[in-house]
Parts: sequence; C-alpha cells; structure tokens
Amino acid sequence: MNNFSYTQAGSAKAATGLLKDKPQAAYIAGGTTLLDLMKANLEEHPQLVDINTLPFKGIEQTKDGLRIGAMERMSDVGENKLVLEQFPAISESLLLAASPQLRNMASIGGNILQRTRCGYFRDAAFPCNKRVPGSGCPALTGDNHNLAVLGTSESCIATAYPGDLSVALAAFDAVLTLENQKGKQRQVLVKDFYLLPGKTPQKETVLEPGELIVAVTIPMTAQARRSTYLKVRERSSYAYALASAAVGLDVQGGTIRAARVALGGVGTKPWRSPEAEKALVGQPATEATFRAAAAAAMRGAQPRKENAFKVELAQNTLVQALMKVAG
Amino acid sequence: MSTFSSPDTPEGQPVRPEDGTRRSFMKQAGGLLGLALAPPFVGPAERLAAYSKTVEGVTSLQLKINGTVRSIQAEPRVTLLDALREYLDLTGTKKGCDHGQCGACTVHVDGRRINSCLTLAVMQQGKEITTIEGLAQGDALHPMQEAFLKHDGFQCGYCTPGQIMSGVACVKEGHAGSDDQTREWMSGNLCRCGAYPNIVAAVREVAGKA
Repeated sequence: MNNFSYTQAGSAKAATGLLKDKPQAAYIAGGTTLLDLMKANLEEHPQLVDINTLPFKGIEQTKDGLRIGAMERMSDVGENKLVLEQFPAISESLLLAASPQLRNMASIGGNILQRTRCGYFRDAAFPCNKRVPGSGCPALTGDNHNLAVLGTSESCIATAYPGDLSVALAAFDAVLTLENQKGKQRQVLVKDFYLLPGKTPQKETVLEPGELIVAVTIPMTAQARRSTYLKVRERSSYAYALASAAVGLDVQGGTIRAARVALGGVGTKPWRSPEAEKALVGQPATEATFRAAAAAAMRGAQPRKENAFKVELAQNTLVQALMKVAG
Repeated sequence: MSTFSSPDTPEGQPVRPEDGTRRSFMKQAGGLLGLALAPPFVGPAERLAAYSKTVEGVTSLQLKINGTVRSIQAEPRVTLLDALREYLDLTGTKKGCDHGQCGACTVHVDGRRINSCLTLAVMQQGKEITTIEGLAQGDALHPMQEAFLKHDGFQCGYCTPGQIMSGVACVKEGHAGSDDQTREWMSGNLCRCGAYPNIVAAVREVAGKA
C-alpha cells in the first residue's frame, strides 16, 4: 500500500473542505472496501480523511420513515429492533452479507459505495474500462460467470455494486441524504443513485466529488413490513450473490395491492424491476403470477457465455422470495 | 490495571515538531478537547483548521492492547494487524489473506470482533484492543482455549487464534445457540485443514456453559 497522510475530521465541513483542496483524497469509515482496494493497487490516495467522528449516527423514526445514519455499522443496523420489525428484507440483506467481523466494521455509507468484484477490475494486470477508461473489457468474452446480464454495455458488464443492502434499499424507495462542500444537502433515491455503465463505466454513482452520504431514509409501508431478501451464493455463507431478490408484498383478500421487487447479482446496478411490479399488482398472489413477474423482470437480459445461467437462476430466486412473503 | 510504557525515542524519525500537541489532541475523542481549549479570540477558520488534525510520515501512535498502552513509531498506512505483529511482536494474531477474507487476523476492539488487516493502527488509538495473547489469565486458559484443546479444534493451527477470538465474540453476541447458527456466525473464519466440526463443537460447548 502506497503511503498517505491521515486526517481525523472533526466536522463534515472540515471533511468536505479537505477533499475540495485535495480531490484525490478519500474518506475512510470502516475501511473494509477502501484498504482492500488500496492494498491491491486498484485505488491510490495521497490522503485519507477519517469520518468516523462525524455525527451521522442513530436509527430513528421520522415523518419520512426510518432514518439511518451513514456512520452506523452493518451489524448494528441488521440487528436493530425497528429494522427487524419494519424492514425484514433490509435486516436480512445486511446479515447475509460479508462476515460478522466485516459487518462490525463496515459503515452503511461505505457499503453503499462498495465496488465491483469483477475479476478483471480487481487485477491491475488486466485492462478494465472502469479502472482505466478506454482500455477495454476482457470480461465480455472472458470469465463472466459472476457478472451482469441486465443493464450491460459493450464497455462494462460488471455488477458495479456487488453487495446486498442497496438492492433492498432500492426496492423500498429508500432516499439518500447527501451533503456537499457548501454544507448543502440534497436527496436522491437509492434506485437513482447508481448509474448504468454506458460508455462511462468509471462513473458509478451520482455522488459529486467530495460529497458525503449523511443518512438513508426508508419509508414505512405495508409491503416493507411483509418483505424478504433471498440470496443465492456459490457457498452457503460469506460470499457475494450470484442472484438475489428483495421483495415486499401488500396482499389483501388474496390480491396483490402493492409490490416491490429489486434484484441483486444480475444487474450492473441494484436492479429495481417496475416490470415485475406491474405484473404483480392487481393479480392473485399465486405461483403463476410470480412466474409471470419473474419472466417480465428478466425479459431484457443479455446473457454471455458463462453467465447465461443467471437468467433462470434470477427468475427462480424471485419466485421463491415472492412465495415466501405471500405465505 | 493499565500501565503506560514510555514512548519510544523518535530518533532519526521524521516527526514534525508540532507532533506533541497533535498526539495528545488525537487521543481525545474527535478533538473535542482541542476545541474547548481554543482561546475565545480564535476565528472560525482557525477553529476549523484546529478541528481536523493530520498525521504524516512516521509518528508516535498509542495503542491500548490487552490492558496496556503501548507506543509505536509508525506511518499512517500501517494496519492494526501489522502494528501488532511487526511493531509489537504480538505474533499470535495471524496474517492470512490480508484482505478481510479469511478471519485469521480477528481481534476485539471495544469488545467487538473485527479484521485487524482492514483497519489502520492510527484509527484504533484510544480503543480497547484484545488479542489472542490477552485471553488467558496467567497460566489459566480462557474457556474457549480449553474447549479448542479438548475438541481438537485445529490441525495446523494457523487459523486458530482468529477462530478463538471469533468464537469468544460469537458466544458473547448470543450467536452460538445452535450448530447451524454457530456455523453461520463463524463463517468469517476459514480453516483450510477443515477442522470445522471440532471448532463448532468447541464453540457450542462454551456457549452451553455461558
């Protein structure tokens, strides 16, 4: 790991001010993504700004929903009573991710910003349009078994966000509060926070340079209370998703009144599926309905040689998740 | 019962002159003391500057490990794992993958298990760090150490310190209620010898006595 200077920031203004003066610097919270990438020479920063001291903490009920501070740790949020009661899918997405040690370290803000596990991105010896724009994408014809089939481009097919939490957040209309260098805050839906790769896969989110994630707020709804996160992996624990589904249903008298569906592991970003939701609402909560919704979700899939299995896997994952919440 | 070792001599180290104040400053939570002590005539810009402190090159870091405050001269890029092994000769904590994938480096910080390879020593000042060396009371082994011996919870032993630190935390967290739950909550610790059944047995026995 190349050397850097380390700054403990006492305020958000001081932190964002530091990054304004030195755009190549980076914030560090849990460090679990950042130090991993820096050790592998995939990211280099002359200065790290420790934001653990910032007051972006707490899990509290507000008029807009449950507000979770960006500095809260995955383990604390995953086992929080309100999260368990109101958002089972979000709790499950956190507790099925990483390991207990990593969950004790990783912040919510950092989780949302974790980077792809594409093997070509993570090996500096290979070209990668995300790492070195314009250098090419060996994944298109190479080992792409764990890469995306939805939202891909000829520049990049990586599951840019490989994790779980943002899949559940995207499903339940969670909103990020961001703060810039002028101390000004803005709100962005998680489902709109991530960008499709297009021709610029190096640009992964709408976050501006130096902007901080302050909090995430999730509206409390009937479908969020009746929700689940199903994750399919190559081993039974401590692995990234090959396919996952965050789903929530509001069923009354056997008919689906509201539905939320997002898929993980198959899209170039956390994949909210309005197509699946449309196929569910107003229909009876039956396996036939769920099958139709799953087919709708994957209709635009563009599988490659080694990840073609994901089209069927994602559909089965989604159906199984919907069956579970339908009871 | 904490003892303070005297800081090592910064001889030949590029320690900047203002380090003395910076060091004590950083030990206070977030520099709040520094702000409180700032004279009232200090302007907002100076207050802001004083509120963020930068460490560059080799400086003195104080780490409280197993109840004792130890001082090392190290760069900010030194991980907690390397500080323990390379600077303090606490080689019980193992370096496996160095990327947070194997759990061999598991230690407790303020009572929570973490991977010491993915955090910086400079970030862990002022916290209570417990390593495998801190579990036994003199010659009396920790019950988890005894259980690993009894159940033969290892073969080569390289993952064992991490497994034991994780096992202690797993029981304390209340995540060792069944074999399945124990396997799930111990999944951050890999064992290439495949001693898993015996590790689960050891953790479950300690959980049963807790």
